[in-house]
Formats: sequence, C-alpha cells, structure tokens
Amino acid sequence: MLELAIGIILGCCALGAGMAMIAGIGPGIGEGNAVAKACEAIGRQPECKGSVTTTMLMGCAIAETTGLYALVIAILLIFVAPNTLVNILMNFVG
Amino acid sequence: MKNKSFRFKAVDVLYLLMTILPFAFGMVLKVMTTPVSEGIAISGARIFFSLKMPLQNLVITESQINSWLVMVSIFGLCLYFTHGLSPSQPSKRQLIAEWVVEKVDGIIKENMGEYFAGFAPFIAAILGLSAFSSLSSLTGLYPPTSDINVTAGWAILVFILITYYKFKAGPLQYMKSFGDPVPFLAPLNIISEVATPVSMAFRHYGNVLSGAVISVLIATALQGLSSMLLGWLPGLLGDIPFLQIGLPAILSLYFDVFSGLLQAYIFAMLTMLYVAGGFPQDEYEKRKAKKQNKI
Repeated sequence: MLELAIGIILGCCALGAGMAMIAGIGPGIGEGNAVAKACEAIGRQPECKGSVTTTMLMGCAIAETTGLYALVIAILLIFVAPNTLVNILMNFVG
Repeated sequence: MKNKSFRFKAVDVLYLLMTILPFAFGMVLKVMTTPVSEGIAISGARIFFSLKMPLQNLVITESQINSWLVMVSIFGLCLYFTHGLSPSQPSKRQLIAEWVVEKVDGIIKENMGEYFAGFAPFIAAILGLSAFSSLSSLTGLYPPTSDINVTAGWAILVFILITYYKFKAGPLQYMKSFGDPVPFLAPLNIISEVATPVSMAFRHYGNVLSGAVISVLIATALQGLSSMLLGWLPGLLGDIPFLQIGLPAILSLYFDVFSGLLQAYIFAMLTMLYVAGGFPQDEYEKRKAKKQNKI
C-alpha cells in the first residue's frame, strides 16, 4: 500500500510538471509575434535597426516571464516536491 | 607614459590579482567542499555553516559567499581601471573607464530624466553585480543569481526605492495613486504594486536557473551517450566521456553569456523605468512651489 502511495506521489508530480509547462505556449506565440513585427519594422525603416532590436529584446524578455513562472513550478515539482511529500507521508504513517 | 615606476606596476598587479583571485578561491572552495559521491546533480546552494540568531538561524550559503567574491572582484576591477588617472595624458584603461561612465550617464539621462542623474552609480552597480554573478558560472562556480534569495533581495531594494520616490509628493498623493482610475480598482492596484518585485525577482532567477538546469541535463545526456557509443574502447579510454568535451560550451554561450547579460540589462532597465515611472513629477513640483510660497 505504501508503495502505491509513493508511486502516486511521484507520478502526479511528474504529470503536474508536464502540465505546468503548457504555459510555454503563450510566451512562444507572444515572442514570435514580437520578432515578426520587429522584422517588419526593420524592413520598413532599416535605419532604426538598433533601437528596434533593443526594444524587441527587452519586450521578449518580459514576455518570457510567464513561461518562467511555469518553469520554476515545474522544476520545484520535479526536484523538490517528491522528497517533501514522501517525507510528509512517512511522518503520517509513522 | 612608458616608464612607469616599479611601485605603480606592483599596485597594478595587486589589483589584477584582486580581480582574479576571488574566482580561484571560489573554485578551490567548491572543489574542497563538494562530496565525492555527488557526481552530476541538480541541487540548490550548499549550506556551509549556520550562525545562531535570536529569531532564526542565519545560514551562510554558497550563494552568499559567491556574491561577496563577485563584489571583491568587481571592486578590484574598478580600482585597476581608475588607477593612475591623469587629465592630460589618458591611458587606455582610463579611456575605457570614461567610456563606461559616460555610457551609463547617457542611459540614465535618456530613460529617467535630469532629476535622477545621481542614480548612475546605483544602476551601474546593479548592472555590474548582476552581469558578473551570471558570468561567474563560466568558471564553474554556483552563480549567485540562480538563488532566489539573492535576486529577491535586489528586487526588495528596488521596491523600497520605488515607494520612496512615490512618497516624494506626499503621503496623500501616494494613497490617491491607488484609486486610479476609479477607487473601486484599489485592490487590483495593490496587487500590481506587490507583483512588481515578485516578477523582477522571478524573471532573473528563472532565466539563470533554467540555463543551469538545461546545461546539467545536456551534460548528463552526453555522458550517457558517450558511454553507450564509446564504451567498447579498452581500459580507461572507455571511461572518458569524449562527447562531453566542448559540446556543452556552445549551450553555455547562450545560457550563461547571452542570457545572463540580457537579464542584467533588463533588471537595470526595469529598475530605471519603474523608479522614474513611479515618481510624480508634476505633483512634486507643485508641492515644492507651495512650500516655498508658505515661507
């Protein structure tokens, strides 16, 4: 029975980490849009390439934030949560 | 300029050693304290020792030690670049130092305005500390910025600055800024106020940490692959992970160098934008004029 419980904990942590990373879709689309628009802008006005590039990089990095939140949660679920949860279970069982 | 005195050169060497030695010390410390059996593993900062404190034990971790080493290193670099300044015959290093200072001053003036001209040293310090902390992972050290406590500390500092400059136009104006555009939205404004330092801390920490995690995963995968492909070689030759040589460096170029520098730039840029954006210029001038009229 204990093995089953530990198995459920490990499996659910892995599933949760995978599902958390669905959030990676958003930043991907957003950054793609940003870069596409930046390319258009540079094509129209090649002389302001420098400022467009820096603004785009900054916007990309900010758009990445939501993806990074998901990544942090996924990393916590894979590397930190199983140990903690199994410890809690062991204390509970005694 | 050619015939520098012996003393000048000796001091130069001392400063350069001050720049390089902290990293060597950190590497030695890491080699000495890493357990042999650990191998490749993803773990947080190691705790060296903990001090007894009234509320909670104060733990001294790898990230604290490493950030002090980085600070000493930057200090040495600054001393080296500003050693032997002369107004008439600028040396090469003086020109570099002047270029850096002028560049930072220009960025501050462009993004924050004249009122915040004194902010240049603070922004340059954040930029340098963040960039050097992220780049220190190139020497194999644990990068302090991949610990949330370090970046959260910086973000809280920035939050205090933002609030201080919002208070410049008086507490009443500060309270009023939460009821903008309608008082009904005040809770949302408070949440977004708190979200600023949280998102700044998590952005920087997440970027550096994700780079570290992906590097470790790739290194482990390459080790397995090379033992699978080249394991048939006789003797010790089979144990050497040939595929691990050089290939992870290409990834490190992106994750450590590009990503680290970009995040340092973004952290400094956001600090500037938030502090300058939170400062109510018009109200501050009105208040100042009112005070002067009273006197």
